[in-house]
Amino acid sequence: MNDSHYCPHTPEEIAEMLSVIGVATVEELFAPIPAELRATTFNLPTGMSEFETFSKMQAIAGENSQGMTNFIGGGFYDHIIPAVVDHLSGRAEFYTAYTPYQPECSQGTLQALFEYQTAICRLTGLDVSNASLYDGGTACAEAAMMALRVTGRNKIVVDGCVSPFSRQVLKTYLFNQDVEVIELAPLDGMLNRSELTAVLDDSVAAVLVQNPNFFGNIEDFTALADQVHGIGALLIGSVYPISLGILKSPGEVGIDIAVGDGQSLGNPLSFGGPSFGFIAATKKYIRNMPGRIVGETVDRNGKRGYVLTLQAREQHIKRHKATSNICSNQGLCALRGLIFLSSVGKEGLAELARLNRDKSEYAKGLLAKIPGVTVLQSAVTFNEFTVVLPKNADSVVLTLLERGIAAGVPLGQYYEGSENCLVVTVTEKRTKKEIDLFARELEVLLCN
Amino acid sequence: MQLIYEQSVAGRRGVKLPKSDVPTASALPTSLLRKEKAGLAEVSELDLVRHFTNLSRRNFSVDTNFYPLGSCTMKYNAKVLENAATLFAPFHPMTALLPGGVDFCQGTLGMLYDLGQLLADITGMDEVTTQPLAGAHGEMTGIMLVSAYHAAKGNKAKKKYVVVPDSSHGTNPASAAIAGYEIITVPTASYGDMDLELFKAAMTDEVAAVMMTCPNTLGLFNPHIKEISDIAHSHDALMYYDGANLNAIMGKVKPGDVGFDVIHVNLHKTFGTPHGGGGPGSGPVGVKKALVPFLPQPRIVMDDDGKLLLETDNKGTIGRTANFFGNFGVMAKAYAYIIMLGREGLIQVSEQAVLNANYIKEKLKPYYDLPYDMTCMHECVFSASKQLEHGVHAIDIAKFLIDKGYHPPTVYFPMIVKEAIMIEPTETESKAAMDDFIAVMIEAARTAESNPQALHDAPLTMPISRLDETKAAREQHVCCTG
Repeated sequence: MNDSHYCPHTPEEIAEMLSVIGVATVEELFAPIPAELRATTFNLPTGMSEFETFSKMQAIAGENSQGMTNFIGGGFYDHIIPAVVDHLSGRAEFYTAYTPYQPECSQGTLQALFEYQTAICRLTGLDVSNASLYDGGTACAEAAMMALRVTGRNKIVVDGCVSPFSRQVLKTYLFNQDVEVIELAPLDGMLNRSELTAVLDDSVAAVLVQNPNFFGNIEDFTALADQVHGIGALLIGSVYPISLGILKSPGEVGIDIAVGDGQSLGNPLSFGGPSFGFIAATKKYIRNMPGRIVGETVDRNGKRGYVLTLQAREQHIKRHKATSNICSNQGLCALRGLIFLSSVGKEGLAELARLNRDKSEYAKGLLAKIPGVTVLQSAVTFNEFTVVLPKNADSVVLTLLERGIAAGVPLGQYYEGSENCLVVTVTEKRTKKEIDLFARELEVLLCN
Repeated sequence: MQLIYEQSVAGRRGVKLPKSDVPTASALPTSLLRKEKAGLAEVSELDLVRHFTNLSRRNFSVDTNFYPLGSCTMKYNAKVLENAATLFAPFHPMTALLPGGVDFCQGTLGMLYDLGQLLADITGMDEVTTQPLAGAHGEMTGIMLVSAYHAAKGNKAKKKYVVVPDSSHGTNPASAAIAGYEIITVPTASYGDMDLELFKAAMTDEVAAVMMTCPNTLGLFNPHIKEISDIAHSHDALMYYDGANLNAIMGKVKPGDVGFDVIHVNLHKTFGTPHGGGGPGSGPVGVKKALVPFLPQPRIVMDDDGKLLLETDNKGTIGRTANFFGNFGVMAKAYAYIIMLGREGLIQVSEQAVLNANYIKEKLKPYYDLPYDMTCMHECVFSASKQLEHGVHAIDIAKFLIDKGYHPPTVYFPMIVKEAIMIEPTETESKAAMDDFIAVMIEAARTAESNPQALHDAPLTMPISRLDETKAAREQHVCCTG
């Protein structure tokens, strides 16, 4: 009966345990389940060996197209992951530990999360960070709910240039909360500022913008921050952490709550997850932050240590009055983010950001030379940019996918009238050779 | 230990970056640039490796210590699962969302679809969405599905309440609140489950859902569960199953058969994926047919030829709950776990999890108060009330266990048990490991009588002693300012 090496008891041990309990069979332990409720079917397949299991997983992975050259982003980015990230986050003491409720035997996780919070604060130029959220989309939703709590207002204004996925997640979260969500249609791939001014009034809790936005465009929201603060609302900025190697930090812009997806910081694409969401804010909002926060303190001997703090905000204490329902977050992915950031370091992150921009500008220049292709407008971009093709972008993308090139994200399904638009992403991993080949393939395709 | 920032030396690097093979781009306008570089650590690769390796050694973990943490199912995480997840690292989720892109992702979409089918069979549900990113995220998704169901029937305004027992996880009421509901809490009766009479009194046509953990957080299977479910349904309230304790019942009873309409499953508890020091988890949600029209999108469906497609145009959907398809890497591990153990393996998991919990319960019963003395499922809840007579609290016992190399059980939860000590050994612990743990628990009980101060002083063997939590909350020092 004992065919699984994950259940170690011998028949003799089981018999001994049963006699201690005072029952004859294991089945008797299930007597509290009324007989008429017992499962009549259980149709799972028969188990297999470790080797067969791995082979089957290899076969599944093999059914996806292999070796695609990625020029797609859209929220997840194909960046380098230093070898130390896998090795150190792969320490079993990290990945098989639980949430650090018992601080004395969890100082490894707790100090790492404190260092992570520090990295996020320094990256965003804000005062406080939590220990991670689920992903970039849910982080936008949590930030919006945080702003609703802080202001006691009931309206959220969302720039239509924010990732359509994040906007959809935000709407799902707020749907049942008597909150009005106003979405502003983009104007030439940028925030429609006059329309924004028209909807801003003292019922607005927050304005959500993204930088660089879904089109890849960089905007300066410094003046916007003043405008939003002028009506007593908060500015929420969704940011791409790699770009913060060079771009103005949310703190410098005047953003109150910065959020984003941490996938680009040392987490593989992995078909969409796990990654992590980050959230940082100015200090006065700390009690309204969602999720876990690690704080520094001292032990009985005055020695420095770390604990989960301000737990009175959280669901296990406050239940339905908690600042969020989040419990398990993305701790290990946040650790990967910290190791990534500590590995590339202060100078390296700036260099990496510049490298992304250099590669992207090179690609932009090449694509713009293809007859019939235009760059959407003169906006400044980081590592993503929008091009307008002479034909529907969907068919172009599909043809190039068949040639092993993921050319970009066509905008037609996200923005009406953008059927010919394609957002192209070029990270530091793309070589000049790959970019040249992509431009050549695109030119051949469009000119035939 | 020093913080990594305290080891920083200007100019030091931890990794060599690729050299540029393209021309330098024109400079960005200064108004868009940050004034100073972000103050990240500047350390060599070896400094970095030593730092994080030494940090890791300050953790207890399943691979180094027994972790009988009730309600959390800290079972062993098979190594082959880690290997399996890395196979999927290169796949970009956007590929599947491109026009025609599903053709290039049949493997990953197929695995998610199959995982849904397997979980549907285990839980007795009709369809499963794999999008939710953790248990609480699944709860929120599930209750939003409930809300959409009532709204579609024209009852959105009428259905105002979600009923939870007082022993429920805090995430249950917190998740229901995000979905717009007020909470009615029903007390636990002396028989260890939600008081049936008080439940009946609480039920009206204004109740949208009843959220239950079954077995509950006392580790007890509710004998009235079918009756509760029938009463809920008579008021057109849906039954929500919190899957945190699913490890106890695989192959024995299916929540769907008992009358549950919605369930979330914690893959990081029942299905062997590691907890990661606080995530990533994964919380797929299973539903009965009546709720399928409201499932999150994109929804993975199979056409008549067996090809996987993404449904994105369903008007009834609650929308998107996460940016992509859920925590795929976690689901790859859970899928590998399920197919490796298979039907017999999963039944054995539940049997031995229940066997182990009852064994520990019987062995410790003479030493600790057991407020609900009956056959338990996968966990049992003691009270340190006997020890409290000597001034020793559950937390003191917890800290004593740390000194002995054990991660403490869950303490002070469920809140309905005074000085609760909640023990869940899981199926992967050997009898010898449990016997050692039992001996230490008995030693703790004896020490409580003979030398309570020793328990107050614990732990003494860790890098730090007990921490001043009040100071942490007051000073709110949450990032390194040096």
